[in-house]
Amino acid sequence: MQTADAIIIGGGMVGAAIAYGLRSRGLDTLMLDEGDVAFRAARGNFGLVWVQSKGIDCPEYAAWTRRSADLWPDFAAEMADLTGIDLQHERPGGLHVCLSEDEFETRRGQMMRLHNHAAGAFPFEMLDRQALASRLKGLGPDVVGGSFSPLDGHANPLHLWRALHTGYQARGGRTRTEARVTDITWRHGTYRLATTAGPIEAPKVVIAAGLGTKPLAAMLGLAAPINPLRGQILVTERAEPFLDLPLTWVRQTGEGSIMMGDSHEDVGFDDGTRWDVLAGIADRARRIFPFLEGARIVRAWGALRPYSPDGLPVYDRPPEGDGAFVASVHSGVTLAAIHAGPLAAAIADGQLPDDVSVLKAARFHVH
Amino acid sequence: MFIDIDDAAKGPDVTFHFEGRPITTRAGISVAAALLAAGETATRDTPVSGQARGAYCLMGACFECLVEIDGVPNQQGCMVNVRDGMVVRRQRGAAVVGP
Repeated sequence: MQTADAIIIGGGMVGAAIAYGLRSRGLDTLMLDEGDVAFRAARGNFGLVWVQSKGIDCPEYAAWTRRSADLWPDFAAEMADLTGIDLQHERPGGLHVCLSEDEFETRRGQMMRLHNHAAGAFPFEMLDRQALASRLKGLGPDVVGGSFSPLDGHANPLHLWRALHTGYQARGGRTRTEARVTDITWRHGTYRLATTAGPIEAPKVVIAAGLGTKPLAAMLGLAAPINPLRGQILVTERAEPFLDLPLTWVRQTGEGSIMMGDSHEDVGFDDGTRWDVLAGIADRARRIFPFLEGARIVRAWGALRPYSPDGLPVYDRPPEGDGAFVASVHSGVTLAAIHAGPLAAAIADGQLPDDVSVLKAARFHVH
Repeated sequence: MFIDIDDAAKGPDVTFHFEGRPITTRAGISVAAALLAAGETATRDTPVSGQARGAYCLMGACFECLVEIDGVPNQQGCMVNVRDGMVVRRQRGAAVVGP
């Protein structure tokens, strides 16, 4: 029987960050990954490290997001030192562009709500067309303005995912791939997992399995309503640098590719693409920057991201036993730094941070 | 060195230009294959490191064979058949897309 101090179910962006954090705190960890048959949100990310628009009506989530974005520079430096992998993290601030007066006024209201709940910790500016045009060249005629926050940034999500695995292994963390968990039981202070790679036992188990989270959490008595939401992305050929800060829907990567997103589609477990949705994404990007019409698209994809009914994370502890944790989020890149740091530290101590107590799954249950 | 092993499948002679040099080959093969057969193994510089690169997978996946064709940058040489009179140039760095 294989054993460990802690088993982390899920080798995606969330599982790998928590596993890295637990291993860095000295636990003997075993990370289980289902393999490439899994729906991997971790390979479909847009790559924003994004604060504005997160937790507009949930101040605790907004604060959690801000804290992770604040931790990101040191986290990226730590990853580069340990693994030699450059996460290409930059924090030049970010823009959300509005294409109508209605959008602009709605956005202003949302930014004011975030600001008012943050006691001054959420700086932002609403920029009219003229102010925006002084920062971005080549804006299309439909652009009326936008919101800017200096807290926003972006990173290379594939480099991040690889660095988390490389760093985890460099620190001695164990990984088991092709290991699908089929059952979890708790007895006498130990979780016993039946997996396609054999049985495994540990006193602590972290369920961070993306779209596999719901059935796994249910095995330990927790109803976590986490379902797939599809997002599609378009990527262009490499272009000379022209955009030095990320926009909600357009960003230029460290290598020069232009990424355009995104969509939110409830289509079950279909991770394909649809031309009409991709055309809509391209059209919105072209309305912001008409010159993008000349850029050649080289790839498009759909990815399924775990989504809860209110779009916020689920951090919880299932009732079976006292060493199980569930973490499921939509924003695995933005939250990677806080998952590897404060969240992993709390889980190592056998608890969840008080900051996220409002994000338990019980909020969805109507009694 | 690359050797032609598929004589029968190809059509009439065509001549295209690579960096100003005329190359005569036959219709029905890709730009990337024609360049390899003509000894041109480095056909672009990557915009990331500046290294010279050339055709690799020849099936549309790796994007190593990017060239400029008739003034349009970043074309996959392995996905485009040669045509008579085509003007092909090395892809040097990234495309210019911005304003």
